[in-house]
Amino acid sequence: MSLRSPLGRALGHGSAKSGSSHWYAQRVTAIALLLLGLWFVASLACLGGASHEQVTAWLRSPTNSALAVLLVAVAAYHASIGLQVVVEDYVAGKGARTAILIAVKFALAVAAVVGVLAVLRIAFGVAA
Amino acid sequence: MAQRERPLSPFMHYRWQYTNTLSILHRITGVLLSAAFFLLVYWLAAAAAGPEHYAAAAACLSSPVMQLVLAGALFSFCYHLMMGIRHLAFDLGLGFELKTARWTGWAAAAVALALTCIAWVTLHSSLGGGA
Repeated sequence: MSLRSPLGRALGHGSAKSGSSHWYAQRVTAIALLLLGLWFVASLACLGGASHEQVTAWLRSPTNSALAVLLVAVAAYHASIGLQVVVEDYVAGKGARTAILIAVKFALAVAAVVGVLAVLRIAFGVAA
Repeated sequence: MAQRERPLSPFMHYRWQYTNTLSILHRITGVLLSAAFFLLVYWLAAAAAGPEHYAAAAACLSSPVMQLVLAGALFSFCYHLMMGIRHLAFDLGLGFELKTARWTGWAAAAVALALTCIAWVTLHSSLGGGA
């Protein structure tokens, strides 16, 4: 017979340790993307078919380049948390799940860096 | 040891209601948007790489298949946005009554479809005007 209380045995085990921070971050980034996404889709709808010159001029404006960097970074993070939930829900094997999660996070991190660097190169005028 | 009968997850035995489909579509459009994120990065990288690369990317994106993909991405965005607002309200404890949850579901889907059409038509009218 153990003298430990049921609570003492349960504490520190299970998933309820840092789960809420992801849950919370998903909502905060959702609110940010609500605004950033609307800005981007509205801009894109007006830019449609614009030349390279027009697109880079648009991205060179300080407001637009700042918002574009935020969009890429926040979207990558939101996608990363969201895809993690999906993978954890549907991929049962521990090995496969870990491998897929790492691949997804790597791909999103690389894409985010490429996207941010592209915006910055245009903004600072070092793009070709 | 005899296997005890385990409780089933709700989705295993709930009868189908259209709100189920609305809910899984939120997840599916989220995954599609994650894929579309790579298209966004491709477009930005092409713009940074110079006029020739940008022209090649623009030609690629205006092919019929890619237009279909982009229309899908646009609808996914609008749907995920509207359904996301509904989910944020749920998180605040609002809109849980059966009647409310049903009509907001329809409304979110309808507004998403309308937004998609407006954005697509605007895009293509500026395509005609800008080119």
